[in-house]
Amino acid sequence: MRIDFKNTLIAAAAVLSFTTSAGAAVDKISGAGATFPYPVYSKWAQAYNEKTGVQMNYQAIGSGGGIKQIKAKTVDFGASDAPLKKEELDQAGLMQFPMVMGGVVPVVRIAGVDAGQLKLDGKTMGAIYAGKITNWNDPAIKKMNPDLDLPDQQITVVHRSDGSGTTWIFTSYLSKTSDVWANGPGHAKAVAWPTGVGGKGNQGVASYVDRIKNSIGYVEYAYALQNDMTYVSLKNKDGNVVEPTSANFQAAAANADWDNAPGFYEVLTDQPGADSWPITGASFILMYKDAKNPQAAQAALKFFDWAYANGDDMADQLDYVPMPENVVKLVQDKWHEQIKGKNGQAIWPVNK
Amino acid sequence: MGDADATLAPRKKTVSAIGDRVFHGVTATSALIVLALIGGIAAALVVGAWPALTKFGPAFVTSMDWNPVTDEYGAAVAIFGTLASSALAMVIAVPVSFGIALFVTELAPVWMRQPISTAVELLAAIPSIIYGMWGLFVFAPFLSTYVQPWLSSALGDWPVVGYLFSGPPIGIGIFTAGMVLAIMIIPFITAVMRDTFEVVPGVLKESSYALGATTWEVARSVILPYTKTGVIGGIMLGLGRALGETMAVTFVIGNAHSIPGGLFYPGNSIAATLANEFTEATGEIYTSALIALGLVLFVITLIVLILARLLLLRLSAQEGQ
Repeated sequence: MRIDFKNTLIAAAAVLSFTTSAGAAVDKISGAGATFPYPVYSKWAQAYNEKTGVQMNYQAIGSGGGIKQIKAKTVDFGASDAPLKKEELDQAGLMQFPMVMGGVVPVVRIAGVDAGQLKLDGKTMGAIYAGKITNWNDPAIKKMNPDLDLPDQQITVVHRSDGSGTTWIFTSYLSKTSDVWANGPGHAKAVAWPTGVGGKGNQGVASYVDRIKNSIGYVEYAYALQNDMTYVSLKNKDGNVVEPTSANFQAAAANADWDNAPGFYEVLTDQPGADSWPITGASFILMYKDAKNPQAAQAALKFFDWAYANGDDMADQLDYVPMPENVVKLVQDKWHEQIKGKNGQAIWPVNK
Repeated sequence: MGDADATLAPRKKTVSAIGDRVFHGVTATSALIVLALIGGIAAALVVGAWPALTKFGPAFVTSMDWNPVTDEYGAAVAIFGTLASSALAMVIAVPVSFGIALFVTELAPVWMRQPISTAVELLAAIPSIIYGMWGLFVFAPFLSTYVQPWLSSALGDWPVVGYLFSGPPIGIGIFTAGMVLAIMIIPFITAVMRDTFEVVPGVLKESSYALGATTWEVARSVILPYTKTGVIGGIMLGLGRALGETMAVTFVIGNAHSIPGGLFYPGNSIAATLANEFTEATGEIYTSALIALGLVLFVITLIVLILARLLLLRLSAQEGQ
């Protein structure tokens, strides 16, 4: 018994000295927010944990919840699909940066129409979602699809019933491209839908579109891909008809002007560029500028740095779009400039 | 809990055993906790709902707006959907439950009674999210392919009834929500009815049969009058569950903030709105409007309970006439 006790003591001492010698006593990072990036965040967290032993707990409680949690300082970082405005960030003492991107894809179920065949533009889409265009053989749709045999059937519109970052990105696109939409329901995480059926989550929308004949909905790209759904091709700002692919999301993101976006408030919908997919969005991380717990903040930044550097393949596998290198550098400059520990010292070193 | 403690010491001189006094205290505390909880929930709801209630006033209950962009909220659509889906559920569930309970207690051969009772009780044990998924993936496509088109074409031209059975046959809407709710509350109503039917003294029923009454006459003139308190209690239990049911309804009601033009149109219920929107509700008024919806549901349930009480009082006043 005596020896056992002694051994335990030695082991405990060894563990203790190891953690202190490693410098950071933080081996747990906590975050909460958007559901859309949850799959890739948790995959990164698992890989990071295997490599470093640091545990990252991410609770996918929704963007609104993430903003609430970081403001209540119960987590080390918050996550939101809708960026906060510069004023709101300043008011709360927060900084935000884009972590990963993805595309939102309109999907339909019409007999005889295959993926990518149906072409729409923002104006037509806005009119469909506003309930102004109610039939698939409407002249406005026919005009864009002269070679498609569209049925004389009523359109059933499917939208999200819950407040959602996906809806935020989608209604941003509609507001930019459709006057009817901009002057009507407008742009938010939840809006007063003039028509249609509401499904809960991407899965809810996907299964409604799958089940209701002659319906149209919108989901995250990953859901359209995994469920083999009939996606729609869209006319982008340059007038080209494009299909939703990782490359086209990246094209939209590359055209975005992150340098001149105060507080990284950048909306990636309806971007210029020949290949840009018009409904692209980024998911954002929120952190305190004045870190309450500098060690935890540093641990979180280390994780994000690792994810930027090593997470691209995992993001690709899950159909997310990693941030381009120049944006990552810009983000890390801001880490150095803005996130301060004790005595106003930067907790992130200058970029090499 | 301060007041609760103050009332704990009973002033009965006859109570001598210390065990009795402790027991009295424990039970009284438990009972008072219930009252405190109800009071606490009501107070929390009113406090949370206050910003929305003061902003919109009584119009909150009658307004059909629900617009997070302009921060304009009203409860009319959700109230309508809640009442309509629950009413439809009651119309289906009450006769069916009555039939099951009567069959099991009066008509079925003895060997069949236990299996049927157990099966009904098993229905009650299924979690509501399972009903929701089953409703969405199995029941809704079935309704949209076979039942709704048939109902529309068979009854669509009738006045009033035709209006009820109008709408796109997409399988998602008030109609499906009502049907799924009916299936969910049948076990509750059936269980209570069966238990009350079983306590009807055999001598009463046998006397009626001896006088030449049919089974239906016995059920109507002997069993129902004898068990009316229990039967109404069972129905109210089912109604209470239907009004507050969340997950199953969220799956199939369609979650559309508009007053449906017929039973096949998508609508929304109070509980489904809360489940859908609470997590992503940013802004004080939005959150507060959702809590105000919760308060409305609380009040509706209270009104239902009061009506049930009044009905029972009237029935017992009429007794013997």
